[in-house]
Amino acid sequence: MTTTDITPVDFDEAIDRYDPVLGIEVHVELGTATKMFDGAPNIFAAEPNTAITPTSLGLPGSLPVVNGKAVEYAIRIGLALNCSIAETCRFARKQYFYPDLTKNFQTSQYDEPIAFDGWVDVELEDGEIVRVEIERAHMEEDAGKNTHVGGATGRIHGATHSQVDYNRAGVPLVEIVTKPIPDTKGRAPEVAAAYVRTLRDIFRALDVSEARMERGNVRADVNVSLRTDPSAPLGTRTETKNVNSFRSIERTVRFEISRQAGLLDAGEQIVQETRHFHEDTGGTSSGRPKSDAEDYRYFPEPDLVPVAPSRAWVEEIRAALPELPAARRRRLLGEWGFSDLEMRDVINAGALDLIEQTVAAGASAQSARKWWMGELARVAKDREVEIEALSITPAQVAELQGLVDGKKINDKIAKQVLGKVLDGAGDPAAIVEAEGLAVVSDDSVLTSAVDQAIADNPDVVAKIQGGKVQAIGALIGPIMKATRGQADAGRVREIIMDKLGVS
Amino acid sequence: MPSIGRDDVARLADLARIQLTEEEIARFAGEFDSIMDAVASVSEVASEDVPATSHPISMTNVFREDVVTETLTQEEALAGAPDAQDGRFAVPQILGEE
Repeated sequence: MTTTDITPVDFDEAIDRYDPVLGIEVHVELGTATKMFDGAPNIFAAEPNTAITPTSLGLPGSLPVVNGKAVEYAIRIGLALNCSIAETCRFARKQYFYPDLTKNFQTSQYDEPIAFDGWVDVELEDGEIVRVEIERAHMEEDAGKNTHVGGATGRIHGATHSQVDYNRAGVPLVEIVTKPIPDTKGRAPEVAAAYVRTLRDIFRALDVSEARMERGNVRADVNVSLRTDPSAPLGTRTETKNVNSFRSIERTVRFEISRQAGLLDAGEQIVQETRHFHEDTGGTSSGRPKSDAEDYRYFPEPDLVPVAPSRAWVEEIRAALPELPAARRRRLLGEWGFSDLEMRDVINAGALDLIEQTVAAGASAQSARKWWMGELARVAKDREVEIEALSITPAQVAELQGLVDGKKINDKIAKQVLGKVLDGAGDPAAIVEAEGLAVVSDDSVLTSAVDQAIADNPDVVAKIQGGKVQAIGALIGPIMKATRGQADAGRVREIIMDKLGVS
Repeated sequence: MPSIGRDDVARLADLARIQLTEEEIARFAGEFDSIMDAVASVSEVASEDVPATSHPISMTNVFREDVVTETLTQEEALAGAPDAQDGRFAVPQILGEE
């Protein structure tokens, strides 16, 4: 029996018997205008091999020069993750032979990262906070992109040759490495995904990257190991490379815990190796044996001088840091007066920005929440799209609420107008105007409708005049119907009371 | 003193993707040993309070402005390539690594 034949253990059983420990490496592509070491443009979509200079290609005689903006971004990330910033640090050559880099080494940092010893608090869906310790954050360059040709699925196996595009080679990266993350137990998959999501949100808030997962701006390598109990030494880990979505990160951790538990149950050893995640099966497969650091034969990059950020510069960057997502959520919670639960629902629904913009456009926080978490969340669910993908803007929602607040329309009509906005009919006020949906409060119109209702319902009139004022609803109903729901119900009530001489 | 044996040389050659004959491996093992000895004598004079240096000139923070410079055209980029396809460098089959 080979190790691949061993059946994975049910996840819950695996967690009963083993204690998982995570380690996560996140690479983020910085959103600088140019690359890390040369002036080639840092752009996502371009004709292959056009966003390059001789340095991107590692041509003889070309020399790297550090992009100062990338260093500033790296410091910004380090500070946001509560790291110490090195007084001096160096770049190093990491030697490996693979056609995605022409130089046969990647310029990275080894024993002197720019930032180290930090932490970040990660909030889970139920509000529990997990503090993740950061080992280091270092600067390096991205590699080119291989396309494998001749294989059935574009994968390496069966490929006859590969094509390389170096547009991405040299794009600035910051790699953030956690310390081992213990004590997550059955929540390990959720913690892993929430950690990467937290970093993604921080990168966006810092404006250092577009941080689009689907474009590979943020990529995670997920390390998982199991031990028999939390006091035991760390087990042998596997590293699943380049997992590119939050859901895939969760599935990777879940699968690796089940798989490794199966091996350990069978008395097998875990092989320290890199693995690949497969979206279609949700499983991982063996890559290559993990190289030891010494196999990379790191040495200081002789073509670059050390980076020694002055304390004054670091403090200047710290002072200019924008509000970070966790602080922003705390502030908005206070400003909006939502309950913790309401706030978590808003965050989990991805509606925080939308509600903030709706409030900025003039709506109250509660009414903004009511629209986005109510009717609009329902429509998004029906249409199976993300809430921010709905074809309605926060300004339009605020405008709609303004019409309700100004008693131009009532709630029922507002929902109809919302549907029309979503269908592309234009802005709410224009729709109300064009379709004559405004509340009818013109007394002459209402009075004739009231007269008709009184004439049609002598028994109800008698009840009201006999003292049963609550029966008035039986008159208002037909009037609302006659005016297609657009009558101002309060005004109708007043007119009826006046006509019947009750109060 | 560290000693570089035949196995070390063979492994380094493998990592560096250099094919060596048995004779070359034996010769390099001896030569590496002398180089290591020479480097070791530097360690005898280096003291704890002298930081390691990686650059002969004591300079730091040489930065470039984040401004796009001239780039190569695709044609120029591929001009020296042994083989190219669809605007990309064509390289032999990559085996066993990803």
